Amino acid sequence: MTTMTQFRICPTTGRKIDLAAEKLIKANAVAAVIFLAVGGLFGLLVALTRWPAVHLLPADWFYLALTAHGLDVLLVWIIFFEMAVLYFASAILLNSRLAAPKAGWTAFWMMLVGAIITNVAVLQGKSSVMFTSYVPMQAAPHFYLGIILFAVGALIGCGVFFGTLVIAKEEKTYEGSIPLVTFGALTAAIIAVFTIASGAIILIPTFLWSLKIVSNIDPLMYKAVWWAMGHSSQQINMAAQVAIWYAIPAIVLGARPLSEKVSRAAFLLYILFLQLASAHHLLVEPGISSEWKIFNTSYAMYLAVLGSLVHGLTVPGSIEAAQRRRGFNNGMFEWLRKAPWGNPAFAGMFLSLVLFGFLGGISGVVLGTEQINLIMHNTLYVPGHFHGTVVAGTTLAFMALTYLLIPLIFQREILWPRLAKIQPYLFALGVTGISLFMMGAGTLGVARRHWDITFADAPLGFEYPATAFLMMGLNGISAVLAALGGLAFIAVVVGSILFGKKIGATAPAARPQPSGSAVGEYGSAGTLAIPGTAVLVGVFFTAFVLYYFVNWKYLAEIWPLR
Amino acid sequence: MAISPPLQKIWWNEPVEKTELIWIVVAFVWGLIMFFMMIYWHGAGQQNLSNEAYRTTPEAYGAKAQAMIDQYTVRDEAGYPVVHPPVGSDVYLVARLWQWWPILELEKDQEYRLHISSMDWLHGFSLQPVNINLQVHPGYEMVLTVKPNQAGQFGVVCNEYCGIGHHMMVGRIHVVQKP
Repeated sequence: MTTMTQFRICPTTGRKIDLAAEKLIKANAVAAVIFLAVGGLFGLLVALTRWPAVHLLPADWFYLALTAHGLDVLLVWIIFFEMAVLYFASAILLNSRLAAPKAGWTAFWMMLVGAIITNVAVLQGKSSVMFTSYVPMQAAPHFYLGIILFAVGALIGCGVFFGTLVIAKEEKTYEGSIPLVTFGALTAAIIAVFTIASGAIILIPTFLWSLKIVSNIDPLMYKAVWWAMGHSSQQINMAAQVAIWYAIPAIVLGARPLSEKVSRAAFLLYILFLQLASAHHLLVEPGISSEWKIFNTSYAMYLAVLGSLVHGLTVPGSIEAAQRRRGFNNGMFEWLRKAPWGNPAFAGMFLSLVLFGFLGGISGVVLGTEQINLIMHNTLYVPGHFHGTVVAGTTLAFMALTYLLIPLIFQREILWPRLAKIQPYLFALGVTGISLFMMGAGTLGVARRHWDITFADAPLGFEYPATAFLMMGLNGISAVLAALGGLAFIAVVVGSILFGKKIGATAPAARPQPSGSAVGEYGSAGTLAIPGTAVLVGVFFTAFVLYYFVNWKYLAEIWPLR
Repeated sequence: MAISPPLQKIWWNEPVEKTELIWIVVAFVWGLIMFFMMIYWHGAGQQNLSNEAYRTTPEAYGAKAQAMIDQYTVRDEAGYPVVHPPVGSDVYLVARLWQWWPILELEKDQEYRLHISSMDWLHGFSLQPVNINLQVHPGYEMVLTVKPNQAGQFGVVCNEYCGIGHHMMVGRIHVVQKP
């Protein structure tokens, strides 16, 4: 109450920036990038082991590395970065002071300590239980304790975000409604609350079970509740990443949403229906009825998918509208050709949008279809799908935003701009390969989380087709490319933060100024037509429909069962 | 801009542009089609997972499986009993660290009631190269009616991580022509 809030004025944007918020954004972003590096390295080791010609790690280290990979990138990197996004979307975008910076620091330290404890538990070798830690397989107690600490920290961080929204409203730091990007971040934070609640409901009893205080955890119940956390946390990513899809074109091109109403309603669909989506992890479990599966996995008739499909049009649509306003109005696609492809923030964001839709999105809906899941469950198709969502989608979007945070928040120029320029393409190429080849191998039946698909040590053998081995090799090569892309990112970020030229008040960076004159009125009714986007969405939709029915055909070829 | 408050304070009353509106309708209808496709397949499709499952214990399930093995074992293969159960009967497959027990011999184009349960941790039933994948839990006995429509030797790969021997857990199912 008595501490004075200190602000600086951003020389580029003229925004008031709360120094406390800025420090927290920096800390969370740096922690995120460190865990991305660690988790990415484990991922590379996993991919090199699954490359049959290399087969790098012994079995125990492989399962250990796979557990650490999942935890560090799927949980720690992403949630730390999301904390940075929440503070940015609240304090910075609303020109407000941050509520309770001390609570923000408590959150940060709890998350950091929790993440370290769990990593130590995994590295000690007695907790190679995979990211999902399905019971009755048991990890060391501090494995669960670390995750619980991390989650509670994240919950406190969400509280700081909500508090900041309240303060900004009361102190009238903005007029009217919160910006769309903040609305997206709010969506992410709301989903985070019920996600973390689900996590507490399942992980606290599991922790007590590992201490022998609770005698039994039902494995099916564990799986159902765990996924209420495990899948919903991916929806936090989804909301945060879509918020970034709106933010980057706004910052780089001055893009406006086509329609505030439509985009916000699409976010609202996430809050209302995404939680149900976690049911698609239980499609081939015993003891769950088809009615329950169909209702829930159709995400209450695909209403959450509808939200994503809407963003899939409105995000590129707003880019097209902004580009046409800037004069790139020739033909169908001049706006796209003349987009700032050399800007890693824009390139990363657009690649994230396209790859998420085509790789992660379509495959996710197919995978989540009750009967089709029979031919995909727990095969490599599953990691193929979620590397399309979480890596090509979320991670690439977060990387793209980082290229804007470095000048805006860290006040440094990007070191090695040419490396930064190619980084999103290199990473996207690698991840595209990882996603496609794993899905390909999965379609051929190759199991996920498996050390040796030659079954050399097994009493009864089985031979996968040669194509499956080819896919695994190509997956390994793609993983090397993605790792190089990830390394380039980390080098640019760490190099820029430590050695980048400081941006002072006297050196405002050049930035395209959106000219509002081409269109007088904001809003859909006044927007220019977006024929290019309509064509792109048409291509996407055609691919979606074809791929969906092809998989029903595959399903029809397996043994009849009922 | 998306990073500033909406320009018009009453943003929820704006008309929605035609392209957006058409896409929302198309996407919604597509969602309905995908929803009804699953229901349609329950009537018209041949591949629907059964909803039949029972609570059990490893001891009770193991005893039922052993009774079947004792009665219908026809030969030995690599130390595993090969069981040829009667057509249409209840067939038990045991998942345990790190085996699918026993080897089953089924007849082509005949129906069997296949029971699957785990003795210890979670396992994944992955019939290859057919590519049918099921989750196997301890304490739950899943029952499904299968009709093998190809003859040959099939592998049962475990595709749920179950500890250090996971990659050695491979079972076998033979499908033979009707004698």
